[in-house]
Amino acid sequence: MAQYTFISSRDPFESRDCEHTMSLASELRRSGNEVTIFLVQNGVFGARKSVASQGWSKLAREGVRILADTFSLKERGIDHGRLESGIEPAELDLMVDHLAEGRRVIWH
Amino acid sequence: MSEKKKITVSIMDGPFESARTVTAMRLIDIAATRGYDITVFAYEGAVSLAFAKQTAHANAVHGRDAGEEDHPLPREWIAALMQTATQNGGSIDWINCGLCVDERGMSESIPGPRRGSPADLWKAAEASDGTLIIGTR
Amino acid sequence: MAKRVLQIIDAPYRCTVEEQDDPAIWITHAMRGAGGEFGVLLRGSAVNYAVKGQDASGLSFGGRKQTQPMNPEHELARLMEKDVPVYVVQEDVEERGLSAGELLPGVRSINRTGVAKLFGEFDAVWHW
Repeated sequence: MAQYTFISSRDPFESRDCEHTMSLASELRRSGNEVTIFLVQNGVFGARKSVASQGWSKLAREGVRILADTFSLKERGIDHGRLESGIEPAELDLMVDHLAEGRRVIWH
Repeated sequence: MSEKKKITVSIMDGPFESARTVTAMRLIDIAATRGYDITVFAYEGAVSLAFAKQTAHANAVHGRDAGEEDHPLPREWIAALMQTATQNGGSIDWINCGLCVDERGMSESIPGPRRGSPADLWKAAEASDGTLIIGTR
Repeated sequence: MAKRVLQIIDAPYRCTVEEQDDPAIWITHAMRGAGGEFGVLLRGSAVNYAVKGQDASGLSFGGRKQTQPMNPEHELARLMEKDVPVYVVQEDVEERGLSAGELLPGVRSINRTGVAKLFGEFDAVWHW
């Protein structure tokens, strides 16, 4: 099985595409792959607890690791205490780790 | 001793247009600080990032002169990143897609980046531990 | 190490007039020529690239005519001739009011749930 990382940059309030990423991540996880989602840029609007964050929380309960870029959170004044359950703040360094490890890192 | 890591990043956005450019620069900065060998394939609008004639300016809205405004210029970021990589035992091979350079008239690049083609992206990707394509919208 | 790469394209008609190409389809051709092996997945509104009968001809700016407008179906057909399979997401096709008969012959339809399995058939996935 493979390791997939999706760097999700799209604003969930602007783009339906986040739903497709969620479905794909869920399917990959169900197939036994290790899946990580890294929210960055306006993608972190989906990290603050809201109608948009519930999909990520559900994915986290399915075993997908959901992370939010600390700089993007800070830039938007999103306190870590406001994050949806199942979403952890993380440094962008982890994305460089994943690339260097040969994981399938996919920008979205 | 572990083998040096190699990564490839492809970018498409021109300067001052997208947050994707900054995220790409952040990733490259992290990898450069770690001393990785990095290939950056600048495609489409991204060939303008290294344009030598980018010039800083004052900001009257904020009452700052050019010095105070200290406006970022992507060409300076690129030069600094290349230096960081070298200082840490790594390298950045910054490749501007040649046809994209031609159609945009962006032939005046800072020293360091070179002209190339999609074949270079393919070669770099084949030789890399990981490749990230950052598309545009 | 990239061996066989799935190219995902989902932002159609962005700069296709100025470039006379879709940059992701074009670069796939170019890298194929350099020995790369690829598949192309059209998703979202990019499934429209596989629609027969597209015509971007006729534009002129101040009398300066465009003489080589992009023809996505032709470019996709050329990719398939070079052994690059082209896939479309079936639900994206149907949601856009399209049927299989309106698409370029040879394009392979997969369900949304099949995309994960398709990923597994490639060594890398690049999203343009």
